[in-house]
Amino acid sequence: MELIKPNINFDFVGKIKWALTFSLSLFALSVLSLLLKGGPRYGLDFIGGTVVQVKFANQVDIGEVRAAVDNLTIEGISVQEFGEKDANEYLISMKTTSEELEGISDKIRAVLEQKFGAKSLEIRRVEMVGPKVGKDLRQKGMLAVIFSLIGMLIYIWYRFELRFGLGAIFCLVHDVVITLGVFSILNKPVDLIIVAALLTIVGYDINDTIIVCDRIRENMKKMTQKSLREVINTSINQTLSRTIITSGTVVIVLIALFFLGGEVLHDFSFCLLIGVFFGTFSSIYVATPLVIYWEKFFPKKKRR
Amino acid sequence: MEKSLKWKFILIVVILVITCFYLAPSVFTMPSWWTSTFPSEKVSLGLDLQGGMHLLLEVETEKALSNTIDRMIGELKDVLLKERIPFDRIERVQNDTLLIEILNPEEYKDKFTKLLEEQFPILEKQSVDEKEKVVTYTLGLSLKEKQYLQTFAVDKGLETIRNRVDEFGVAEPIIQKQSEDRILIQLPGIKDPKRAIDIISRTALLEFKIVNDENDLNKALKGEMPFDSEILYSKLEDKKTGEMTKTPYLLKKSTLLTGEHLTTAGVRFDQFNRPYVTLAFDSIGGKIFERITGENIKKRLAIILDNNVYSAPVIKDRIGGGGAIIEGNFTSETARDLAIVLRAGSLPAPVRILEQRTVGPSLGQDSIREGLTSTLVGGIAVVAFMAVYYLLSGVLANAALLLNILIILAALAAFRATLSLPGIAGIVLTIGMAVDANVLILERIREEIRAGKTPRAAIDAGYSRAMSAIIDSNLTTIISALFLFQFGTGPIKGFAVTLTIGLTASLFTAIVCTRVVYDYVLSKWRVKKLSI
Repeated sequence: MELIKPNINFDFVGKIKWALTFSLSLFALSVLSLLLKGGPRYGLDFIGGTVVQVKFANQVDIGEVRAAVDNLTIEGISVQEFGEKDANEYLISMKTTSEELEGISDKIRAVLEQKFGAKSLEIRRVEMVGPKVGKDLRQKGMLAVIFSLIGMLIYIWYRFELRFGLGAIFCLVHDVVITLGVFSILNKPVDLIIVAALLTIVGYDINDTIIVCDRIRENMKKMTQKSLREVINTSINQTLSRTIITSGTVVIVLIALFFLGGEVLHDFSFCLLIGVFFGTFSSIYVATPLVIYWEKFFPKKKRR
Repeated sequence: MEKSLKWKFILIVVILVITCFYLAPSVFTMPSWWTSTFPSEKVSLGLDLQGGMHLLLEVETEKALSNTIDRMIGELKDVLLKERIPFDRIERVQNDTLLIEILNPEEYKDKFTKLLEEQFPILEKQSVDEKEKVVTYTLGLSLKEKQYLQTFAVDKGLETIRNRVDEFGVAEPIIQKQSEDRILIQLPGIKDPKRAIDIISRTALLEFKIVNDENDLNKALKGEMPFDSEILYSKLEDKKTGEMTKTPYLLKKSTLLTGEHLTTAGVRFDQFNRPYVTLAFDSIGGKIFERITGENIKKRLAIILDNNVYSAPVIKDRIGGGGAIIEGNFTSETARDLAIVLRAGSLPAPVRILEQRTVGPSLGQDSIREGLTSTLVGGIAVVAFMAVYYLLSGVLANAALLLNILIILAALAAFRATLSLPGIAGIVLTIGMAVDANVLILERIREEIRAGKTPRAAIDAGYSRAMSAIIDSNLTTIISALFLFQFGTGPIKGFAVTLTIGLTASLFTAIVCTRVVYDYVLSKWRVKKLSI
């Protein structure tokens, strides 16, 4: 079976301007949203606070839950539905942590049990992160990501050429910013699980870019008579079948996670779906133009 | 069979055996002869999957310092009175410094300095301010002493918490020092998080003090506090309304006996079936207790836990035998918890909860179930696609993929790492990249076949040409995973672990294992057309 005809020769490089316009405007939109909202909306892990997840056995309206917890007069307390519709599951979140208010989660449990009866509800999850730890997690997470990017850049630089390394890293930044931008536009929180997802995108993306660059490297040795544009176009076409199949299989797994993985994996797989989509796009249309433009400004002597 | 092929074959079999060896305890219940001789660690699931509580505590080490300074002040007073050195003010000014004023410096300065050097070596003179009639010393704890006290507070706290958790009875708890002053606690499968937190984070400082009945409590409450006394409260909670009633007590400041001399604590019931806590002292504690009770007959002895007065019975007679009881408004559960905490000893410094995450067992089960079904459905779809698209070669790639996942799980069991949600994310990425490695090779072989090569030549060329791309992409990701492991925390680390193991295994399964099968088949039969 073959999805992509072997002799395909689509003019990818010719469409670069269109692709770049599309890419840059998405990038700009993401940056704009991030700037307007003052960075991504950090989740509990990074800013600190308390979240209580409660599930009721019977039909309970969100208004009733709100009324019950409002009695506690905690500043900025919010209630939202969680999971599927009519699951009677709610997330009660607030900025306060037990450090300031002793046993905050127990108080919430107490008011809910008083109103709805102890047997009819279950506290399924309590997370409380102090502001100090939140700051710590944010800094350490960022350091980890920055160092790993530098590590990758150095390796690609060593194995390929600097222009490929820069192209690959630029690709990563492009994809991560756009994914963060989508999260920002949809107002979804970024927590540690999402950081793990972003790292997965980075890993997947670098893989994708390297495969294309590897073919370009190989063809540059073989096709010495052709121009760089042609070499790149042929390389993209030769790896196209592999690109489509690999992305396709990853997307299959992700769609399964998205629809069947439950609430915890929902945002995670959503983040990956966006990332994989733009990752595949960017390894064709962001990394390679950079290599071409680099060639224009810093031409190699032995090539035309 | 060629020689190199034979060795590769042996290598694969060895790795397969090791994998099964480490994986077996997770799948089957092993007989006792196995568990006693071989490693029997199961793949342990993270708290987000199996339910439980994660706590991060900060030890307030400054409090350990200020406690020491307070104790030094008490001892200094005693010694100065005994040596008849006149002093005026003596008080703690910071966590780690105190201030003392000695009168008549010409006469007593040298004597005081000598006394300091001999009896209080841990105090350092930070400044001396000499005037005509009075000399003011600022004394601080030495740097070495401070470091010792801080480390001791954390280490002893860790040990005490471990004892308490052991007595409370939790299977496979994790209790470890996180950084200089933090303690990480993970209690899988815990049912009553509130109770566990109460037991773990209580300071449990037990003190005995004499009630000051000579002075008027009401005057003291208005501010006329006798110099040697203090006010502490007993707090009683009404179980029905939840209202707290506070009763003040005027107590002599000096602590006569602490929980340091306890040997054990237990729970008994009185004739009305109300629980109380019994204490037993060691021989030194017993003697001190006998002396205190003997000297203070007809006075009231207050039993204080963490600055809460529990009871203050009148001493009727000298009490020998080294035992005491604590009465209070206990339920049998709170009495049992108090006994646990007292037996394990007090924390040298109070702790503060920095982070708490509790996942209920039902949520954990849901997460596992949903995580498994979705991964299975996705996995089966990919496997089916590979088999349809690449025929027998796809089936071979699927076998390599399965082996890859088994190796990851076995390695997790062998390294005693835990599998959490981010870990599953790492596995998903690994599967993606492992499939990709196979796709790269297979696509390349197809290209070579289209170029007119024989199966043997096509396979040789396919593997050798796809190799550089596979190695480069896997190595780059492994490099980044290593950095993440080094610098990341919690979930990021879990992600990095499965990813590193998975990619290393993927290099092996995709490049070595599948190749051996092709080579074997080609050496056995004359293959004219590859099933690809």
